[in-house]
Amino acid sequence: MNKLNYFKLVIPAKSANEGFSRAAVAAFTALADPTVEELSDVKTAVSEAVTNCIVHAYKEKEGLIYIDACFFENGCVRIKIRDRGCGITDVKKAREALFTTAGDERSGLGFTVMESFSDKLTVRSKPGAGTTVTITKYIKGKNDAH
Amino acid sequence: MEITFANSVMTASLTGEIDHHSAKEMREKIDFELIKRKPSKLILDFSGVTFMDSSGVGLVMGRYKKCSAIECRTSVTGLRERDKKIMKMSGLINVVEFI
Repeated sequence: MNKLNYFKLVIPAKSANEGFSRAAVAAFTALADPTVEELSDVKTAVSEAVTNCIVHAYKEKEGLIYIDACFFENGCVRIKIRDRGCGITDVKKAREALFTTAGDERSGLGFTVMESFSDKLTVRSKPGAGTTVTITKYIKGKNDAH
Repeated sequence: MEITFANSVMTASLTGEIDHHSAKEMREKIDFELIKRKPSKLILDFSGVTFMDSSGVGLVMGRYKKCSAIECRTSVTGLRERDKKIMKMSGLINVVEFI
């Protein structure tokens, strides 16, 4: 499948970058002419993935987050969000709704929300090496032209 | 965010984007007033919220727990449809009043 456009972004794992990263991915996705709803879905899923890097992978300490977004000819937007943090021992368990290791103020819904607002979600993780979350969203757009 | 009181009801009118970053300051301000004023009801008004991820759910969950400890009821109002969908993924809908 032909790549029509792409961008890469490397940012430090700071919570102030949660808003920046979802705005950057939203600006990129906007080039694919999505509906308001599709754009909000992408923003929400990216926000969850980046927050996981900060809260879980790097435990609110230093680290880098690598974002790699592509837009394909068939209207597919694929966003890879990668960290080199602690990794997830049990990915299946981490993806369960309401499961969290982060205490009272976290809902444990991060992966559930990502799944709900994307068309496909893959999670690859290696304890001690890091995690890659790939969010796939098909943009049908305002006039379904793709 | 604005916090107002009427009788024994505390209303926190949330504004802007709610994520893990912004939720921290919101919860600190709400909890400070909750402990100081001990209202009988807390209303979290989301009508000024332009974006939220699951941190919004965490914010409500955390306040619900804090309120329960001081016998204060929790109520949520002004949620957009898509944010209601996120709230429904949690069990909060059974214990918190959604208007």
